[in-house]
Amino acid sequence: MPRKDITSGNWAVAEAMRQINPDVVAAYPITPSTDIPMKFSEFVADGLVDTNLVTVESEHSAISACLAASVSGARVMTASSANGVALMHEIFPIAASYRAPIVFGLVNRCLGAPINIHCDHGDSMAERDSGWIHIYCEDGQEVYDTMIMAVRIAEHKEVLLPVFVCQDGFITSHCFEPVEFLDDEQVTKFIGERDPLLPLLDVDNPVAYGSLALTDYFFEIKRQQIEAMKHVETAYNDVAAEFARVTGRNYPVVDKYRTEDADYIMVIMSSAAGAAKETVDKLREQGHKVGCLRIRLFRPFPAKAIVDALKGAKGIAVCDRAASLGAPAPLFTEIKGALYDAGVHIPANTYVYGLGGRDFFPHNAEEAFMDLINKKMSTGERYLGLRE
Amino acid sequence: MSSLKGWKDLPPATTVPASTSEAVETGQWRSMRPVWDEEKCIHCLQCWIQCPDKSIKANADGKVTGIEYFYCKGCGICAAVCPKNAIEMRPEAEFIEQ
Ligand code: SF4
Ligand code: SF4
Repeated sequence: MPRKDITSGNWAVAEAMRQINPDVVAAYPITPSTDIPMKFSEFVADGLVDTNLVTVESEHSAISACLAASVSGARVMTASSANGVALMHEIFPIAASYRAPIVFGLVNRCLGAPINIHCDHGDSMAERDSGWIHIYCEDGQEVYDTMIMAVRIAEHKEVLLPVFVCQDGFITSHCFEPVEFLDDEQVTKFIGERDPLLPLLDVDNPVAYGSLALTDYFFEIKRQQIEAMKHVETAYNDVAAEFARVTGRNYPVVDKYRTEDADYIMVIMSSAAGAAKETVDKLREQGHKVGCLRIRLFRPFPAKAIVDALKGAKGIAVCDRAASLGAPAPLFTEIKGALYDAGVHIPANTYVYGLGGRDFFPHNAEEAFMDLINKKMSTGERYLGLRE
Repeated sequence: MSSLKGWKDLPPATTVPASTSEAVETGQWRSMRPVWDEEKCIHCLQCWIQCPDKSIKANADGKVTGIEYFYCKGCGICAAVCPKNAIEMRPEAEFIEQ
């Protein structure tokens, strides 16, 4: 019987990891993801998992140990945030090249300076070209469910790529809310055993990973990774459909909230979608045809699903919890590119909000919606919740 | 370029099957070629010991028999250690076949 409990986003990740029972977890604590390895280490100490927990001296070592274990054939998970993620950066593209299906609980936190432990998406956005799959979650339930789905997506034969399962630091990671857990057996059955492609421990079929490939082969190897990314959306949809059959919970690559007949749509990611949806309901009651499109899968970027959801709108507000200093914000840039490719020209405003954990309230969402409704459109950047 | 494989034919995940350095032609890196003079050689095996690429060929009797240019990357250590100047380093350009 599935059980429901009050838990945090971090503990939901740790519980998913207990049920997944990975072969190896190598982790180094950093706020706000510390809770994940901390809670998981209790499971290890209590003998509830068979995991080899590798306690290392830095995030760089954590991800390096994860990568070595993954290409050896182990099922591997870890977690980190912000500067920890940044310290791991060197290894991320290597893990993607080695096609190591690591599942990573990424708890979003801004990158200093100034020092700040709160949420924005600057840490994971900085990794958007590292070759990993990026999934952004709205709440604790979704984080838990996505960790389990991510194992299957990462290890899918046509994919074999590492996955970031992102949640908003503190807002989701430390907020206690009801989460429905699967039975341990259901999780075991859903994820199955890892069947690694070319494990280093298979001494009868020896291979070397990461040999030198200069002007002759580097380009071709990147092309292989691009091809793997092209298979992600299909694999994702298959896994999500199977997950929905087991749980009744459905997670499409984009979450469309009252967008079908909407004239004005807010595009947003992660927990701030809550305030956006609440505002949609309020403005709908006032007769405004508004909707919210939450982007769940960010890498690979599901351009078609996004264009399909937006193409009927008269105006869109793209809200980024990250800035690309000196250029338009990352989600906005992608959305514009997708619409351009599809030949769809919709007036679009770009808003940066919530940097360094600045709260995003329904009145912030309303401000952006009212810009659309009042046809206050322009190409320049706008901010929500910033003091002038 | 034509002998190189396209991305669809490469093994996945940066892997090289059954990888061993025995198959790697480090001789391609050579710009200077050691040329061994059998007349001057006293078979002291200093070059055989010092060569980092196992490129000095010797037989079971402990006699040097030549240089393996498939591996020799032209570092010149053999020439430097030879007490009899029996190995001369010469530009690879001299050996380009017309
Ligand atoms: S030049 Fe260097 S690699 Fe070549 S035979 Fe001499 S010592 Fe060995
Ligand atoms: S070091 Fe010189 S003399 Fe000694 S074996 Fe080598 S080539 Fe011959």
